[in-house]
Amino acid sequence: MNSPGPDRYGTTAIALHWVAGILILGNLAFGLYMVDLQLSPAKLRFYSWHKWAGVTIFLVSAVRLLWRLGHPAPALPSSMPSWQRGAAHASHHLLYLLFFAVPVTGWLFSSAAGFQTVYFGVIPIPDLLDKNKEVADALKLAHRLLNYTLATLVAVHAAAAIKHHVVDADDVLARMVPFLKPRS
Amino acid sequence: MKLRATTAAIALAAMLPAFPALAQSPQKVAVDKSQIRFAFKQMNVPVEGRFRKFDATVAFDPKKPEATKAEFEVDLGSIDLGSPEGETEAKRKPWLNVEAFPRAKFVATAVKANGPGRYEATGPLTIKGLSQNITAPFTLVDAGGMRTVEGQFALKRLQFKIGEGVWADTETVADEVTVRFKFVIPSTK
Repeated sequence: MNSPGPDRYGTTAIALHWVAGILILGNLAFGLYMVDLQLSPAKLRFYSWHKWAGVTIFLVSAVRLLWRLGHPAPALPSSMPSWQRGAAHASHHLLYLLFFAVPVTGWLFSSAAGFQTVYFGVIPIPDLLDKNKEVADALKLAHRLLNYTLATLVAVHAAAAIKHHVVDADDVLARMVPFLKPRS
Repeated sequence: MKLRATTAAIALAAMLPAFPALAQSPQKVAVDKSQIRFAFKQMNVPVEGRFRKFDATVAFDPKKPEATKAEFEVDLGSIDLGSPEGETEAKRKPWLNVEAFPRAKFVATAVKANGPGRYEATGPLTIKGLSQNITAPFTLVDAGGMRTVEGQFALKRLQFKIGEGVWADTETVADEVTVRFKFVIPSTK
């Protein structure tokens, strides 16, 4: 094989990918669940947990981005048409952007709504914004729409990975899944 | 106490020392310039709110603080928590039960001087039909024709049954509530 890089992601990159993926999907589902609950002590706890998870996702994503910058991704199969390469690159860039934009809008929304985020109830994260209802409403909408975009993109990402594995029968999925062996 | 028997209103404010004869006339505070704010911790996160509507009548002479008469009434339905969901909840039965107990009341039955411009008011605070004696230290500044009284005190919400049932859990909403007040009283010239 003439691929310039390794043919699969390193262990750290794979671990970060799955940890971040589980946290993101879990927190997204949790967020959708908690917003419709009746106000109760449990709901207040859930909101705090959701925020703590969001801060964690932001931190994991920062580590991931730094790691990724120092460790190039394995090359895509040479059989891939250029539009697919373009789409893959664009969607990965957008995913990374959302990994930060979603928690940041959540944090700003929380500040504007008058609730400071205190990580694990111990570390206060400064409020960048003052309490302001109009701003809070706009940020809430932004947080929601960005999440829908992220969820859609994750679905496309997963569908593309499966398509690579099943239809194209290449190693794109295998390079990120520990128990799948490359076929080539 | 004699003071308690006297009626209504009263005290944290009052009159120009230059007119001692008028010193005990009760005065209304300027509500638009005054504030009653409160703060508590929810999941260890500080949360603030305020009451938009209240009324206070004060007769206070800095030279005779012990003769103070002051009465404060807060319209609990005017609570501002910054979120409609929180406000609706706060007015419900387990919290302030605004329908049955629309107003909170504080009557200063004793005021003593603590130093220059510093005083301390003591008296019963009544919320949800329950009374507790509280002591609120405050400062007093006369400037620009206005008398400004500022201070704060802490109360335990569970002593007033604010937050019953599942809400009695202080892990999520702390028991202690800090109340900060600022009353501006126009000095009559």
